Formats: sequence, structure tokens, C-alpha cells
Amino acid sequence: MARCCNEFSRSSLMHTAVAEAASGLPAIEPGMPLPAGTGLDRRSFVLRSAGLALAVYGAGALKLPLFEEGVLEAASAAPSQPVLVSLFLDGGADSLSLLAPVGDPEYRRLRPKLALPDSGLAFTEDPRLRWHPSAGSLRTLHLEGKLTVVPTVGYTDADQSHFTSRHYWEVGATNAGLRTGWLGRYLDKAGRNDNPLQGLSLDGELSPSIATRKAPVAALRGADQYSFWAPGVWGDVEREMMNTIGPLGRARGYGDRALASLANTATQASRLRTQLSVFTNRGNGSNRFGSPVPYPEHRSAFPQRLAGLAAMLAAGLPLRCVALRAYGMYDTHSEQPEALAAGLKLTSETLLAFQRDLEARGLADRVLTLVWSEFGRRGEENGSLGTDHGAAGVALLMGSRARGQMIGELPNLKTAFDRNGNLKATVDFRSVYSSLLEQWFDFDAAAVIPRARSYRRLQLVR
Amino acid sequence: MPHSAARIPVYRGAFGPHEAERLLWRAGFGPKRGQGRALARKGLDGAVKSLIAPGRGRMVGPKPRDDKGRPLAPRDAWGHDHLWWLDRMVRSNRPLVERMTLVWHDWFATSNEGVGSQTLMLRQNALFRHHWLGSFEHLLLAVTKDPAMLIWLSGTENTKWSPNENYGRELMELFTLGAGRGYTERDVREQARALTGFRNDWRRSVGPTNFRFDRERHDLGVKRIFGKRGKFDWRDSCRLCLHHRNHPSFFVQKLWSYFIPVAPPHGTQKALEQLYVSRDYAVRPVVEAILKHPLLYNGPRMVKPPIVFAAGLLRASGRGIDTESWTWLCANAGQQLFFPPNVAGWNDDRWLDTASYLARWDIAGRVTRPAVLDSGRDKAPFDADKLVERALRFWGNPSISPKTRRVLLSYTKRAMRTANQDWKRKSYPPLIENSLRHLIAVSPDLQTS
Repeated sequence: MARCCNEFSRSSLMHTAVAEAASGLPAIEPGMPLPAGTGLDRRSFVLRSAGLALAVYGAGALKLPLFEEGVLEAASAAPSQPVLVSLFLDGGADSLSLLAPVGDPEYRRLRPKLALPDSGLAFTEDPRLRWHPSAGSLRTLHLEGKLTVVPTVGYTDADQSHFTSRHYWEVGATNAGLRTGWLGRYLDKAGRNDNPLQGLSLDGELSPSIATRKAPVAALRGADQYSFWAPGVWGDVEREMMNTIGPLGRARGYGDRALASLANTATQASRLRTQLSVFTNRGNGSNRFGSPVPYPEHRSAFPQRLAGLAAMLAAGLPLRCVALRAYGMYDTHSEQPEALAAGLKLTSETLLAFQRDLEARGLADRVLTLVWSEFGRRGEENGSLGTDHGAAGVALLMGSRARGQMIGELPNLKTAFDRNGNLKATVDFRSVYSSLLEQWFDFDAAAVIPRARSYRRLQLVR
Repeated sequence: MPHSAARIPVYRGAFGPHEAERLLWRAGFGPKRGQGRALARKGLDGAVKSLIAPGRGRMVGPKPRDDKGRPLAPRDAWGHDHLWWLDRMVRSNRPLVERMTLVWHDWFATSNEGVGSQTLMLRQNALFRHHWLGSFEHLLLAVTKDPAMLIWLSGTENTKWSPNENYGRELMELFTLGAGRGYTERDVREQARALTGFRNDWRRSVGPTNFRFDRERHDLGVKRIFGKRGKFDWRDSCRLCLHHRNHPSFFVQKLWSYFIPVAPPHGTQKALEQLYVSRDYAVRPVVEAILKHPLLYNGPRMVKPPIVFAAGLLRASGRGIDTESWTWLCANAGQQLFFPPNVAGWNDDRWLDTASYLARWDIAGRVTRPAVLDSGRDKAPFDADKLVERALRFWGNPSISPKTRRVLLSYTKRAMRTANQDWKRKSYPPLIENSLRHLIAVSPDLQTS
């Protein structure tokens, strides 16, 4: 607890409950047809998930229950559907270190101890700026035109509470009472009522960004972390047992909230188990997902979460919005140099590996990754080799179809700060969201983001 | 009996094993083998009395041990604090004492994530256990100067020179009044001033220590709280909240919600408030009335909190704590003791999602694992009804709804039909019995109460 503030530990704990962001795990609409009793077995899943094999065998031959045909449809539409990955830098990442204004004399005055040396990693769009020495992978992506940088993103009168500001970003509005995520509202409107994979949290708990009102969404600890194991059961019996998860969960119907919640969760869990069954039992090897490129080897689960994500997309799973936390602790009140370098290094290297993986698998045109943090940090360093909470921060957009040109700017440091010494935003985060909804999902932003029309549109996608 | 208690409805329906089991799940951690039937024989009044006025505390069953067979080290070893308390939930003969301790842990939710000392967390836990059904006033005063709480909500950083609003705000918002219910931002600031003065030392070998009130740090000036003026200190701060007109309704609603998932009817709510105030903020009569209320027996079901689910399966199967895995298994399911997600406690509306469902499945499998039948060695009948009965016996014959029984039976028959060869007809029944034990544990009947 030494490095980060108490409130941060409190807010980082908030995710487990996802607490205030969503009103409840999405229910499947009552009256919706439910599968008569069986999920798909592994074989039929493999058929279904691999588009080619399906064409060979044909969907009709599988005699799937009506309900599963819905999932099938979602899966067969998947190869053309755009996917957005929301990657959260937890704690308020220091944008003035990620892209250090080493060419601005004011920088050294504000950061006498923390100012980074000239890393030599030039940022081609602004001669004052250098990439953090640990962020070389981001520079590679930027040079290839696959990384858009938004150096000062946020909102006016930024709230400096981790929890509140993060909540604003998650719900896509400066509204403490909103209980659905911005991506969750998109899924409620554009998603399906039978595909929990359309909104997927990869941290093992529901991310508030994808919290919906009714559309089913799922939480996992990674693509290969959803196997149901039963001691002393195998073979035919095991298969029949697993097919009973859904019907057993629904055995007592939806008569009260507890029973409905159990019935819905068991139904979604059973479906998810089937959808992910190709990824189970792959051991702990460094390449358990058959990744065509190497990912960083690290004790953290983060690199393999993205490796698994690429594999899920390659398997044709119907993913649309994915949310997870990046590796690292960005609430750097002290020991900033070490903590930030460690977080940026693994996160950047993993992002580059993910992009290369998608390129090798021919999926790179379908996936955009938005990297964000709840705020940036104070311009002036504090007395303990750290920085306190700030206002505007940095956002990145990675992908082959990201436009790759800087949005907004880092103004001259003499004028860049507000009266509290925090960076002023030159781009509103809701501009980013509205533009993404329209340009990436081809969806009306006004249906998702409150007062969307009042936010400037940015050219983010090519 | 005071007038207010007389107006609170009391359940008058049949009190059989089914009702007794629900009572044990809501006010404890479920029945041990045969306890449902034994409690039913006492009738409602006798059953509730046995919970709210239990005899001397005893731990019944095998002593807890870690993966290497050693005793637990709850003050020192990571996760052993969780195991230590889970063991009390499993073995104590006074289940409501442990359940109320859990209620207070959630109510005054303090996380070791911020405290960083299992010793202080266990000290706070003892405080909650001591005050289990006592006076809420005494409890509130004790919590306010509890070391773990003083660290968690910055109480020892709150000085007259730089007041810290952390505790003052939560005292009103989460502990006594409810968000936005009759206080202003000014009250928050003034409460912070009244609460100044606590401090502690830090010793390298012990960590935070020597918690005390230091008049030098306390703001002796006049404060204005809820429109009243005075040289208030921390005791006044607590009592002002307690005597606030919005406290009794907050207290009753929150306490009720731990036992019954729908709001109390208006008349009941009002009568419980009167009962609470007329008995000088005693918790016992309010809990007693809730445990006898008709809605507990004929109202909707509740999803069991993960820790209740886990402790209950261990109790039903007669198993003690013999592995450290319960810590991470319960954490995966969303409830590691001493680590509530935030100061507002666990969110009881959100126990279930696809990830926590899998974790609960794993908990069930982990309970059944040591006793699994071996398909080569053990015999089981090739008879669906008998297999279901035998599997139910593993859990001490819990009440199961006819609908659930039908699903279990049809599953069993389907599994039996896959035995299309002689060797399968011999070896599958034990597998099916294993699977039925597991499925019963994750059925709606056992995941909710």
C-alpha cells in the first residue's frame, strides 16, 4: 500500500463488485425460447466455430435446437464483425512520462527528479516529445501508422477520485448514477439476447464498461479458464452431466429474483463452456493458444489473456466488445520510475505481440484496441519520487485501421495546466467514444452517449 | 411485550424441516446432518430462541488444518484468516453468532487490503463477535475507535490541523443514515472535526500500534452538526448519528436486508423502528422479530453468499477445513473474508455471473472430491431413483423441490442409457452418483435458500 493512495486501493477493490456501475447481471428476456436441454458438444462447436468446416458439413445436418441456431448465426456473422477491445491502465497513468516533453524547458522545472532523459525514441508528430524508454513497442506501432495518440484526453472539471473518474469513463458520461457501461448500452441496442460472448470481461469479473441492462455478457479469467471439472466423473457420464448444467439451473424457473438470477447465470455459463471448450485443457505452456508470434513471457496472466483473445477471434467466436485491465500499477504516488517502467514495458510489448498475432491470423482489420486511464497525473512531481492525481491523461487507439494520427495536442507547458497544476484536456473522452461508435460500429452515438451531438467528432478510423 | 413488537406479524404456518432449514441458512450456515429435523421439532419460537440465546460456545468436528496437516496461523499466514473464520462457521454450535459477525463485517466493511494487518483484522472480528446481538450504540462506539477501522478510513490521519473526512462521511453514508439522507457536506466537514484526535505509533517489528486518543490532536472548538452546536467529540459524533431521525429507518432496512430479500411492509418497518428505539438500540429484539416474520418463510428465495454456500456444503457433508484452497476458491466466487470489495461491503444482488458460477461449481466439486466413489472398486445400483436418493444422502437429505428432482432423475436416466455395454453398466453407476452429488450442490435448491 506504500506506493498508491488509500482511495486507489479502495477503488481498485471496487471492481470485484463492479459495484456501482451496473444494476445486475444481465437477464435473458423472459419468454425467450430456451434450449430444450442440450448444449452443443465439442464436436459440433468445432464445426460451428470454424467457418469452413461448417460450410462443408452444413448447419442443417447438425439439427441444432432453434436456440442454438441463434448462437450459430451470431458466430457465422462474426468473421465480418468489428471488435473493440477496451484496455484500462488502472490508477491514472502519467501521460507526461509516456510521452515526455523533454524538449520543453518547463518539464525539467516541474519534474526535477522524475524528468526522463532523452530516450532517443522520437515521437514523429511532435518534436518536443520522446517515448518512455520502456515504450519502444508503442513507437514501433506508431511508426507503422497503427497507433493513434490522444495526449491530453479527459473532461472539464475532472474529478480526482479514482473511483468517480473511472466510473465516468466506464459509463461514458459524467453521471455518478448511470448504471450501465457505454459498451453495455451499445450491446443492449445492437447486440443479441443469446450470445454472452458479445461482451466479454477477461479479468474474471464483470467490467463496468460492458455492464448491460439486459443483453447477456460474460466474465472469464482467460480463454482457457472456463472448464468445468467434476471429480470422479468421465466419459459419457461427464458429457451428459455437463449438458445438465443449464436445465438444472432453470429447474425451478424464474419465479423470484434469486431463482431467475441462477437460471440466467447457469444458462450463460453452460453456453460459454461450450463456446470455449476448444480452449480448455491446453496446459500452461507458453504457447497454449497456438499463437503464430511470441508473446512476452511473464508471471502475469496479461500476455496470455491477449493471446487467448486473438485465438478466440481466430476460432470465429462471436466477440464484439472486450474489456480488461492492462498489466501494471499506474497510481504512482511514489516509486514512480520503477512502477511505471514495469507496467509500460509489459503492456506495450504485449500490445505489439497482439497486433502482430492479429496480422498473422488475418484478423487485424477487424480489431481496434482503446487504451485509457481514469486521469493523468499532476504536472509537478511530489516530494516522494511520485506524482499525485491529475486531470487530463493519455489515450491510445491501436489497430491496422486506426488512423494513426495524433488527436488533440500537448500544448506548451506554460499554458497546458489548469489552476490546480493539472493538464487541461484538449479532447473530450466522449468525443472518442462517439466517434468510435459511429466509425467503428457504424452505430448512432446518440443512442448510447448522453448528449452525443455536443461532442466533436474525430477521424479515428480509416 | 412492548406495543411495537405486538404489531409485527409472526409466521404461523407449518414449521417443518423445510422451514427450519431455511432459518438455518438465513441465520447461519445451513444444517448439519439431521439439524433441520431436530430444529423443526422445537417449533418456531423454540428454534429462534435456540439461535438468539444459544448456550456456551463449542466447536464441533475435526480441527482445522492447512495443506500440510499443520494448525492454522490466522495472524501470520496469508489466507489463514479466511480459513480460521470459515472453520468457525462450519464448526460453531452458535451459528447466529458467526452470521451476525459476518453482518457487521459487511456493515462496517473493512478490508485488510487497506489495513495490512491480520492481527488488527482479527481484533476487529472479535469486536463484531462480542457485540453480535448487543447494543448498536456500543458497537458503533467500539468500531469508531477500532484500530483496523482507524487505519482503513484514515481515522488516525484526522487531526485538528488537517481534518480528514473519510470516516465522518462513511459514518453517515454507510453506517448510520444512508446516502443523502438528512446531512449536508457541511455536516461531513464538521463530523470530521469532531472525530479528530486518534493517533497511533509505528514500530518496525509490529507495524501500527499504540492506538489512542490524543487531546492535543483533537479540535476542541465548537462544531455545528445537524443544526446542533457544541464542542462535539467522537462519542458525540456517533450519538448524533444514532439520534438522527433517519437512523432507525436506515438501521431496520439494512438489517432486514441481510435476512429477507424484499423490503419490509410499511407497518412492519415502522414497528421495528419503534422496537429498536424503545429498547435503546438493542439489536437482539429486532433480529428476533425478523427471524419470526412470515416473509422469511413464505417470501422469495435468496442467493447464498459464497461463504455461506461453502460453509454450508462443508457442514452438510461433515467435512472440516483440511485444505487452504478454500481461500482462493471463495475469492474466485467473490467473497474472501477480511477483503470486502470496498467500504460499502459486498453487493448481495450480484453474487452470480459466469465467472463466479464456475467458482461455485469448483467449490462444490472440491467438497465432494475426497469422498468420490471409484468406478472400479465401489458399487452403486443401476437404478435412477436409488442413485438420486443416495446422492441426496451425501448432503444430509436436504429438501429438494419436485422440479429439481425431475431434472436430476431425467439426467440420471439419460446417463444410464449411455451404458450400452456390460462394463459400462457396472462402472457408470458410481460415476453417476458422483455427478449427482455435484449437481445437487449447484442446483437452485442449494445455491439459494
